[in-house]
Formats: sequence, structure tokens, C-alpha cells
Amino acid sequence: MDLIVQGVIKAFELIISFDPEVMGITWLSLKISGTATFISLFIGVSIGTVVALTNFYGKRVVISLINTGMGLPPVVVGLFVTMMIWRSGPFGFLEILYTPYAMIIAQAIIATPIVMGISLAAIQNLPPNLRLQILSLGASRLQMVWVLIKEARLPLLAAVMAGFGGVISEIGASIMVGGNIKGYSRVLTTATVMETGKGNFDIAIALGIILLLVAFAINALLTQIQQRQHPR
Amino acid sequence: MNSEAIMKIENIILRRGGVTVLDIPELHVKQGRIIAIIGPNGAGKSTLLLTMAGLLKPNYGKIYYRGNPVDSRASRSEMRRSISVVFQEPLLLNTSVYKNVALGLKFRHLTGSEIEKSVDESLEYFGISSLTKRSAKTLSGGEAKRVSLARAFALKPELIMMDEAFSSLDPPTRESLMEDLRHILEETKITAVMALHDREETLRLAQDVTVMAAGKIIQSGTTSQIFNQPDSEFVANFVGTESILEGTVSSCAEGHMVISVNGKVIEAVGDCSIGQKVYCCLRPENVTISGQAQGNTSARNVFEAKVSRVIRQGFFYKLTLDCGFPLVAYITMPSYDDLEITPGATVIASFKATAVHVIRRER
Repeated sequence: MDLIVQGVIKAFELIISFDPEVMGITWLSLKISGTATFISLFIGVSIGTVVALTNFYGKRVVISLINTGMGLPPVVVGLFVTMMIWRSGPFGFLEILYTPYAMIIAQAIIATPIVMGISLAAIQNLPPNLRLQILSLGASRLQMVWVLIKEARLPLLAAVMAGFGGVISEIGASIMVGGNIKGYSRVLTTATVMETGKGNFDIAIALGIILLLVAFAINALLTQIQQRQHPR
Repeated sequence: MNSEAIMKIENIILRRGGVTVLDIPELHVKQGRIIAIIGPNGAGKSTLLLTMAGLLKPNYGKIYYRGNPVDSRASRSEMRRSISVVFQEPLLLNTSVYKNVALGLKFRHLTGSEIEKSVDESLEYFGISSLTKRSAKTLSGGEAKRVSLARAFALKPELIMMDEAFSSLDPPTRESLMEDLRHILEETKITAVMALHDREETLRLAQDVTVMAAGKIIQSGTTSQIFNQPDSEFVANFVGTESILEGTVSSCAEGHMVISVNGKVIEAVGDCSIGQKVYCCLRPENVTISGQAQGNTSARNVFEAKVSRVIRQGFFYKLTLDCGFPLVAYITMPSYDDLEITPGATVIASFKATAVHVIRRER
């Protein structure tokens, strides 16, 4: 019992005192996961929209694949990315294994199908005649797609939340391709695992609380935007 | 009637999943007219509207807009910018009323002040200026419909297509919208093609009518041609068997109207301004036939009529009469025998003022 109470007290001390190491880890986590989500947003929304708006042979298979991808196990992604950028792998010449870049790539691969699947469903859920209505108002194809994406903004924000939530709390791929190097590729999840292993519960608890706070803050912000009822 | 065709379609075939959903050899939309496309559900009315608007590509056939063939991407998008389409459902975006109405103008890259002027004007037309700042998602069905119409009219189109403009509105809302739309179309002189399914809407708004069934055109003509001279059983059943007479209100006082029809005078009940053009609708079962004029009758309308046609329909006869205007009457078999009616005979046709259903009409 003492262990937990002491741990929690020390954890709050670390947070309130803005411990440089803890802050550094937090900041790196936000940067890596934020960038990865941002990348996945571009790829996911554009491909999701294209798949939703076009008809082609095998469309259902593609949709099934995307939906399957939403549950991609991070360790599998970690393995795949590690092999790709291994010294003798196809992208070994990039020399990015155990760098934050590798972590961004791995996390983007995890988040992209999530964003893509939700975007696809969001665009498909718009009224079928809406496209024709927008075109009939004189929109070019690009203008029409843009209006549709804006109209589906609420579920698209949910896609951002789900993508970000998925990667900031992910550990398998991050530790495999990032290596948990102190001050360089150590993020909230990998640090928590390590500190727990070492028995440093105070730091581990502090990191855990920060992880929860970050996830909560980001989601609260996006929920606030999403639920805003008055027109823009 | 001699006005030029703003749009012509020729030999249009549109298939969906192996089924031919449209097969239209020819259809002209005359400049400045209001055309109703009527027909049962699934007749292809909406599909025809979307095809004419360049939103659905037919498998075969040609569309000419202002005499020029619409056969390339460029010509299609050019035509689209001259046509507004109002769908059955309002399809508003989840933003303010103002931004919804401004949408089409924004696509045209107009300046802010030009957009504002057109939007305000269009909202004013439909009497919804007070809704400008409202969120479109909080509107009632009737308000949303008006916003979607205002969005279409704000573009000042040459041609407007409306799919079931009045469906799913409650009667008073429908009534006021129909009246407003009638005025707006009259004022703006925009050519309109409307898919409708209600006889009264058709009579009140349309000048020309095209009847469709199963993707084909069954009959096209002016409103009174279609209603009075249906050339097939199908059209007759669809438009009903009433006599529909064009007339003008010549006097009106205390709910009693006098309407002049083809030089004859019909009395009816109701309230209308003098000079108002109307249709007088009369059901054949409300017309009484007698051999000669009776002394006293409560029927305010008594006419000498020549029997021009007799058709036996089951247990009664359908008489087509000429009283200076066409009139249809039903008569039972015993009465037919008693009165010794034959084609060419002269009879007296009478009907009560309360039996006349008066519909105000356009122009």
C-alpha cells in the first residue's frame, strides 16, 4: 500500500515540478504521434474519400481490407518496418532504424487504416443525392469533394481522435523501431515499460498519468470542436 | 406556344443494371414555360430530371441546350451552370442558412458583395430573410425546403428542375409554398420543369404536362389538353375523369363567383379576385342530364348541351357533351333509355354551384 501512495505522491511531484526528463519524454511523444496522425490524415482521408466516391471492380474487397487494417497489430507493423529499414533491408540505406523517423513511419502505418476506414464510412453515409446536388450547383469535381469532406467533418474528427489515441498509447512498434533511446526515441509508453521493469514506480506512475492526461486533453479538445452546435 | 425550345432531348436511353429505366424518343422544353412531369411512382420522373440536368449520363441519345449538343465534359459542365436542380429532400449542408444559399455562388467565384446581394434577394423572395443566421440543421421541413429553393434561385438559372417540390410538407405549408413559387416563377420568368404527382399542383402551376409511365412518355401537351383530351386509358385514369374548364372570374361577392368559360357563365362557390384565371373542375357524377329544362331547380348552372359521344362503362354511360365548353357526365342505363339519348341529341345538363371545384391557375 505504501508503495502505491508513495509512488503517487512522487509522481505528482515530478509532474508539478516539470521534471525535465519527464517533460522531454512527453514532448517527444506528442511530436511523434502528432506527426504520424497528421500524415495518416492526409493519406487516410484522401484514399478513403476516393474509395467511397468511385465505383470499381473489387471495391468490396478493398473496403474489407481497409477495415481489417483498422485492427492492425502494432507488433506486426513494428516487425515489418524494422525489416524494411534493417541495414540489409530494402530501405536500409536510409539508416533510420532506432530514430524518431522510424517511429513516425510505424505509427503512421498503424493510424492510416483507422483514419481511412472511418473517413470511408463517413463519406459513404452522406445522403446519396448530396453529390449530385453539389454538382448541380455548379461545383467542379474538386469543389464537390471538398464540400463533402467538410460536410463529413464530425466523423472525420472522430477519425483523428481514434488515430491519435491508437498511436500515442501504442508500444510494440515504437519500442521495436525506436529502440527506447534515452533523450532521443524514448516516449511515454516505452519509458513506462522500462521504469516499471526497473521498479521505479514513481516515474512509471507519473508517465502513466501524463499519458492519460494527454489522451484526455486531446480528445476533450476535439470533442469540443465536434459537438459545437452553432454554425461556423 | 411558339416559344423556342431551351432544351431538346432526343432518343434518350438510360439503363441501370440491365433494365431500361428511360426511353424517351423526344422531349422539348420551351423557353419560359412551366412543365410538369407527372406519372406514378417509379415512372422515371426523377431520373429524367437528373438526365436533363446533365447529372446522369444516358447510355444513348442526345441533349441539346439552346441548340448546341451537350456531348462533352466541357459542354455538360457549362449546361450545368445554367440549370439549377432542387431535389426532393432539401440536402442542406450542416452550416448556416446563409452559407447554404451562397454555396453555388461561391463555386462561381463571385465577390463577397455580389454573393451577399444575390443571397439576400433570394431569401427575401422566399420570405425567409429572418432565417439567414440560423443553422440549417435546426430548420423545420417547410423552412428547409424554402432554403433549398432559395439556394437554387440565387444562381439566377435559365432553367430550374424541381423534383417533387411539395412532397412531405403538411397542407398549410404546402399551400403557401405553392403560392409563393407560383409568384416567383411568374415574376422571374424562369423556365421550370417539375416532377409532380398531384393533380392540383399540376393544374395550379404547369402550362405544359408530360405524362410518364415505366420510363416512357405516354402523352405530352398543354395542361388542358392532357386533362381534357387524354389520348389513352392510362392518362385518363391518372389525371382523373373530371371536366376541367379554363375560365376567368368575372365577378365575386359574398362567396359567390361568376366565372366566364368560353363565353358561357358558370356560377361557383368561393372567393377569388376579379380577373383571376381559374380552372373549374367538375366531376361527371355531379352533372344531371334531363330532357328539357325543369321549372325550379337548385342547380345554378343549366346549359343546353349537344351529346357528342357516348361510351358505355360497365353499368353506366359516359357522355361527352358540348355546351359551348366540353363537359363529361355519367348517366345510368335506365335514364339513358328513358331520355332516349343518342349521339347528336340535345339535352339539358345542370350542376350545382357547390359542385364546381375552382383552382387558381398560372398566367
